[in-house]
Amino acid sequence: MLTKRIVPCLDIRDGRTVKGRHFVDLVDAGDPVELAARYDAAGADELVFLDITATIEDRGPLEHVLQRVAERVFIPLTVGGGLRTVDDVERMLRAGADKVSLNTAAVQDPELLTRVAKRFGSQCVVLAVDARRTDPGRWEVVIHGGRTPTGRDALDWIREGVARGAGEILLTSMDRDGTGAGFDLELCATAADAVPVPIIASGGAGTLESIAEVLSAGRADAALAASIFHFERFGVRDVKSFLRARGIEVRP
Amino acid sequence: MQVGIIDWGGGNLGSVVRALRAVGADVVLAATPDALSGCERLVFPGVGAFGDVLGGLRTRGFDRVLLDAVQEARPVLCICVGLQALFEGSDENPDVPGLALLRGRVRRLVAPKVPQIGWNRVERAGGGAGGVIADGHYYFVNSYVAVPADPSVVAGWTDHHGRFASAVAFGSVVTTQFHPEKSGEAGLALLRRWLGR
Repeated sequence: MLTKRIVPCLDIRDGRTVKGRHFVDLVDAGDPVELAARYDAAGADELVFLDITATIEDRGPLEHVLQRVAERVFIPLTVGGGLRTVDDVERMLRAGADKVSLNTAAVQDPELLTRVAKRFGSQCVVLAVDARRTDPGRWEVVIHGGRTPTGRDALDWIREGVARGAGEILLTSMDRDGTGAGFDLELCATAADAVPVPIIASGGAGTLESIAEVLSAGRADAALAASIFHFERFGVRDVKSFLRARGIEVRP
Repeated sequence: MQVGIIDWGGGNLGSVVRALRAVGADVVLAATPDALSGCERLVFPGVGAFGDVLGGLRTRGFDRVLLDAVQEARPVLCICVGLQALFEGSDENPDVPGLALLRGRVRRLVAPKVPQIGWNRVERAGGGAGGVIADGHYYFVNSYVAVPADPSVVAGWTDHHGRFASAVAFGSVVTTQFHPEKSGEAGLALLRRWLGR
C-alpha cells in the first residue's frame, strides 16, 4: 500500500529560506540546502520549494539552491512560485527539480498545463490550487498568492487541470492557511473524490491531530506544512510517529 | 569503474547521474552505443511512454547494446519504463514491440488512483537479485506494471490494490519499477549494492 506522505515546504527568497506568516514579517531562516538535508534526515517524503522572490525575472539564486539540494538530497523535489512558461519549467527540471507546481499562470493560461505535461510528462506537473470557501460546499479559485478572486469553481478547475495533464493537486485552503486551525477536511475530501490523482493538502496544519485528520477523513494522500516545521513546533519524525500510532501507514 | 547511462533521447537523466555519483560511480552519459564501450556496467533509465522509450532506444541502436549485454553477462540496471521495455509489449502502446528479453506483458494498474505516486513497500522475493533488492520503502511513479510469465524472475513484490512485480532480475540484469535515485537512503544503498560497494 502507498504510504501517506509528509511534505515540508520551504519558502525561498533570493536563495535563502524565510519564515513568516502570510508572507509578512519574514525572518531569514538560513541556508535552504542545510534545512532540506535536515528534513530529509528526519524522514520527509518530498520537499516543496516555493519561490517568493520579489523579482521573478531573476531565478539564478533559486536554480543554484536546487542544484545544491539535488546533489545532497535524493527524494522528490517540487518547485513552484511564478513559473509561467515551458522554458521556466525546463530550467527548474534541469537544475534538479523533479516536479513543478503551477498556480496563477495555469489559471490564466490553462493550455500551459497541457504543454508542460506533453513535453515532460504528467508525473512532473503539480497543479497548485488556492481555494476559498464562498458558500457551503463551494470554493472559488483565488490567484496571485490569494489576493485575486477569480469566480472560478475550485472543483471544476481541479477536474479541468487533471484532464489537461496535472499529475497531482496541491490544494491550499486560503481560509485555513497560516491559521493553524486545521485543514479544510470537506474541501480536501471533495477534491479527493473528484479526481483520480493524489491530493496534497495544505493550509491549516497546526496540530498532529489535524494532520492525522486530513490524511484519514480528508482522504488526502499527502500533507504539506511550512510553519509547524519552520518554527519547530514539531519535527517530521514526531508527525510520523503520531500517524503510525493512529494506524496511518507512513514510511519509516 | 565506469558506469554508462543510456541516454535514449528523452527523459530527465539528471537525478540518476547525481545519485550514482553520490555513491561513488564514475558516470558516463552516453547518447550513442560507442560511448558505452569502456563501461563495465550499464544503466537504462526509462521515463515516459513505453512507445517513446522503445522508439528512442531503437533509433539510437541501444536495443542491440542491451541484447549484447545480456549475452555477455554485462551488469545492467533498468529503472521504471526501463524494466517494462524488457517485456514483450505493453497496453500503453500495443503496436510497439518490447525487447522481449522476458516473457510477459505490461498492463495498466487497476487502482482508484493511477498513476501510483509515492512511497510503497517492496518485499524482496527469491534471492532479491543476488541481494541487490532489499525490503523497504521506495519511490514509485507509474501507471503500468509488468506481469512476468515466469514468476521466478521476480526479485521484489509490492502491493497497490493487488500485488505486482516491483523488481525483476535475470542473468546480469537487475530491474526496478521504482526509482532508486529518488528513494532516499534506501535507494542509494540499493545502488551501492548493485555497484558492489
